[in-house]
Amino acid sequence: MINPINFAFKNAKEKKRPALLTYTVAGDNTKKKSLEILKSISKDVDICEIGFPHNTPIADGGQIQTSAYRALKNGLKISDVFQIVKNFKKSKNSKPVILMGYYNMIYQYGENNFIKKCKSSGVNGLIVVDLPWPENKGFAKKCKSKAISFVQLLSPTTSKERLKNIIKDSHDMIYYISMLSTTGGRLKVSPKQILNNYNRIKKIDPKKNCVIGFGITEKTISKLRSADGLVVGSAICKEITRSLNNRQNPVTNVSKVVAKLRNKIS
Amino acid sequence: MMKLKKKIPLIDQHDKFGFWGGKFGGSYIPETLKKPVDDLTKEFSKLRKNKNFIKKRDFYFNNYIGAPTRFIKLKNLSTHLSGAQIWAKVVSDANGGAHKIYNATVHALLCRSMGKKYIVGDTGAGYAGKMLSMAAKKFGLKCKIFMGAKDIKRQKPNCDAMIKNGAEIVPVKTGSQTLVDAVSECMRYWVSNCDTTHMCVGSTVGPNIFVKICGWSTAQISRELKKQIKIQFKKIPKKIKLINCVGGGSSAYGFWSEFIDFPKSQIELIGVEAGGPKNSKLHAAPLSRGAKLGVLHGAASYVCQNNEGQINETESISAGLDYPGVSPIHCFLKDTKRARYTYATDEDALNAYKLVTKFEKLNPSLEPSHAFAEAIRIAPRLNKDTVIIVNSCGDAKKDRDILKKRLGRIT
Repeated sequence: MINPINFAFKNAKEKKRPALLTYTVAGDNTKKKSLEILKSISKDVDICEIGFPHNTPIADGGQIQTSAYRALKNGLKISDVFQIVKNFKKSKNSKPVILMGYYNMIYQYGENNFIKKCKSSGVNGLIVVDLPWPENKGFAKKCKSKAISFVQLLSPTTSKERLKNIIKDSHDMIYYISMLSTTGGRLKVSPKQILNNYNRIKKIDPKKNCVIGFGITEKTISKLRSADGLVVGSAICKEITRSLNNRQNPVTNVSKVVAKLRNKIS
Repeated sequence: MMKLKKKIPLIDQHDKFGFWGGKFGGSYIPETLKKPVDDLTKEFSKLRKNKNFIKKRDFYFNNYIGAPTRFIKLKNLSTHLSGAQIWAKVVSDANGGAHKIYNATVHALLCRSMGKKYIVGDTGAGYAGKMLSMAAKKFGLKCKIFMGAKDIKRQKPNCDAMIKNGAEIVPVKTGSQTLVDAVSECMRYWVSNCDTTHMCVGSTVGPNIFVKICGWSTAQISRELKKQIKIQFKKIPKKIKLINCVGGGSSAYGFWSEFIDFPKSQIELIGVEAGGPKNSKLHAAPLSRGAKLGVLHGAASYVCQNNEGQINETESISAGLDYPGVSPIHCFLKDTKRARYTYATDEDALNAYKLVTKFEKLNPSLEPSHAFAEAIRIAPRLNKDTVIIVNSCGDAKKDRDILKKRLGRIT
């Protein structure tokens, strides 16, 4: 059976568009609302990245920090994250789920327990922001043995030699960080340059699905549509914040934003 | 079982992944920082073997920082407590008034030699920030300091100094608005600007290389002290206790590094953490109050955290010790039982400050006042052949406002 993440990419490719990946923080702004948002946007999304919030994030910009603090303030626990995933996966239009977060939370939960819980709640992949290669080799192997994709990250600072090694050890999907930035920064390099780097990665192994993330918004997404997949995170978190500030329903507003994003690449 | 090696500096006793004792330290960093961290690691390992670089370091240590700092007997305090002799290594004599100048100077030299023009750093008590701004000015670098909004308020004199030195202070308003948030924000800034900017971590914390650079820099303290002890006592006395406060742990490592190979029965190493207000549940004492191992700011160490791995808020009168994590090398020293760690409360530190300043011409800041609290506690029970040495690693000028509020007087 084809792995759901690969299937999502295949499906998008058949329709001649990049896969759309969204990032939302579990429990933002409440458990109920974050599940509603996932259910509502999933018709336009190919893969859902769901963040498990940490209160000391070293690579997230303001928008995602705000979302994470909001979720934690409302008492979100790691068990709630798994519950949200489980409920989402039971819903009609559910999509593959990649959990994303910082290593300390996995470490405190216990690596094996965490993976087991991922499996039983229907998580398909994991991104651990502060567990780089080669330090992540052991954990990535454990994930693979339970058919969970460990997503390796690549950045503009990754050397050629390192690129090769990381890609060799990667699973179904790799994630290219578009620029030197925390999440949600303004796109400070040209889409052309980003795609140049992206193509260098694809050349090393054309079969690996590679997504581009960081700095992708309604304005920039169409210029990068030749990639296998594109991740939008901060723009969505920002919309949740905006909706809450204006006392509007984040579910409808975020769904509109995601529909627009999808339109731009279809 | 975890074991210390002899004749190898502690900062070099890690494995290939950067872990001390197989589990403390490492480099838990985003992919983007891998290259700048690798570059810095290569540059540092090259320079520390380079005779010219060492010459340059020693030149600035001697002529800019001012070496050696004094080693003095606190006669009146010793007489008053009528037990062990109490001595102080007055590291606050150093240019700028605290040990943070060693690390800041070395980072400024590294920044220059890597051809970077911008330097950023974090600060809690404001000393790391003040010193980095001084070193940046001295070596012609543009400097940005990340500091918690709460700390900016309580350590104003150091902020004034930073501004005077031409540095930009970036107030950090997330989380508890203290050192932990300043370090996070500084790392985030570095992620976005690592191509042009060098980052200085203000203590022996963070990814492995920053622990090493900082420890290598502050080790100057114990190199001086070892010579001074030999001159003073003709040989190393049979019973010494080296007492130092521990926040991140940079001054403690620097104070101890030359003495780690000595038997514990001869030279005892005592680290004093911040116990926080007397009846508060919050503290900043991960080593002495049994915190669990966790990952914070790129390294594994004992960390004040909850069961889920969220980092706890801390509380201490001393901004420099108000940090939920601690250096991996102190975790290693704890688990190998080479050093003993305890804590002093805010009140203990204030009382110690009162007693020291009553009897001696010394004005230790609230950080070393924690160390003095432990010295004062144990000295009466010991005989006069025991030599207690406290690292008076900071000057209380920065604590003016807090001391005035709590003790009703101006220093």
